[in-house]
Amino acid sequence: MQILQIFWDRRELFATCLLEHIRISLTAVLCAGILGILTGILISRHKKAAGVALGVVNVIYTIPSISLLGFLIPLTGIGNRTAIIALTVYGLLPIVRNTYTGLTTVDATILEVAEGLGSDGRQMLFRIRFPLALPVIISGFRNMVVMIIAMGGIASFIGAGGLGVAIYRGITTYNMTLTAAGSILIALLALVSDRLLSLAEKAVNRRYGIE
Amino acid sequence: MNKVIEIRECSAAYGENAVLHKVSLTIEQGELVVIIGPSGCGKTTLLKMINGIVTPTEGKVTVNGEALASCDLVALRRQIGYAVQGAKLFPHMTVRDNICYVPGLEKKMTTEEKQCMAERMLEMVQLPAQLAGRFPRQLSGGQQQRVGIARAMAADAGILLMDEPFGAVDEITRKGLQEELLSLQEKTGVTIVFITHDIDEAFKLGSRILIMKEGCIWQEGTARELTEAPRDVFVRKLLNR
Repeated sequence: MQILQIFWDRRELFATCLLEHIRISLTAVLCAGILGILTGILISRHKKAAGVALGVVNVIYTIPSISLLGFLIPLTGIGNRTAIIALTVYGLLPIVRNTYTGLTTVDATILEVAEGLGSDGRQMLFRIRFPLALPVIISGFRNMVVMIIAMGGIASFIGAGGLGVAIYRGITTYNMTLTAAGSILIALLALVSDRLLSLAEKAVNRRYGIE
Repeated sequence: MNKVIEIRECSAAYGENAVLHKVSLTIEQGELVVIIGPSGCGKTTLLKMINGIVTPTEGKVTVNGEALASCDLVALRRQIGYAVQGAKLFPHMTVRDNICYVPGLEKKMTTEEKQCMAERMLEMVQLPAQLAGRFPRQLSGGQQQRVGIARAMAADAGILLMDEPFGAVDEITRKGLQEELLSLQEKTGVTIVFITHDIDEAFKLGSRILIMKEGCIWQEGTARELTEAPRDVFVRKLLNR
């Protein structure tokens, strides 16, 4: 009840924070998505590079988010930009890993037939490998989106906007309701995004005859 | 007669393991050559050398007068149909898109063009036209196999390479497919290289039969020549199975 009340009382604060949160997350999702898929495609062709790249994104993933933000401050200052960079870097792991796994686990005989029928390199990638890897890539993408939205809450600790601002303000002013309200909005945002993506996933699967 | 495929003293190896030893083979236009032999004898490797999936460690392969080592492999492969055991259709494409895969690599095709070609090819392999819009997993094994052959034929290829294409289907379907392949070949005059491990299939289909053993062509000839004068116990055993 209190929480509903606070949503109404501070609706302007929540509206700005929510929009800001969406903006930051969306930017990070786009950056990590493009960068991650490209990296995944590149390393799927070189086994050695794959080991190194996957190792690096794994290690980055193990750095506590708060300290990664700390490390970035001297380099990129405080504010949204740093938050977007940190979220992008974190988001890389699921998408790089899934793109790589998806592309490298396509049935080898299918690839051989595609090659034997006269596909060139680009056709192999875009007509065979990529569409066959798509379900795995999409599930990595969903993972990444939920993670970025959730982690976006911490971004306010380095002066970025988003729902973290509400949470942080709640903590510093002993206003538990405010903190809870901010957290709930983040969770809802993550859930709704995941739901939407699962619809997209279903549409893709229908298009490719997997159901 | 026109030499379509010429393999001269070719060897092949996977890493350290030699699989073919100086094999030579000439195939003429319109032949239906069947390769038979125990698993691991190098028959699949020999077939894959014809479309350049396997590169010989020594020797020379010539297809349609072009040396594989120096020609545009991608372009050449589009003139060679390729069908394998279990069909291996592209699971994310409809039957129509599978059949039109090779022509679609060359030029953009409209859905109507694809539909038209798919229907023509489906008729050729005796499948109903309604299957065009289905996905491979909605078909039975035998139907998939036929679509696989249609895909291999749609390229309007002069050469068809088939690696145990009927291996995964039941006896009755296989008989039917064999008949269809023979009539197809009669109609189109396509050159076919066909791998099997079933001697009855080899006898039924092959205008010439190659028996392979341990990376060499052990004996070759027509069914009659082989039964009348088998080279040794190995061949006799294979024939009497």
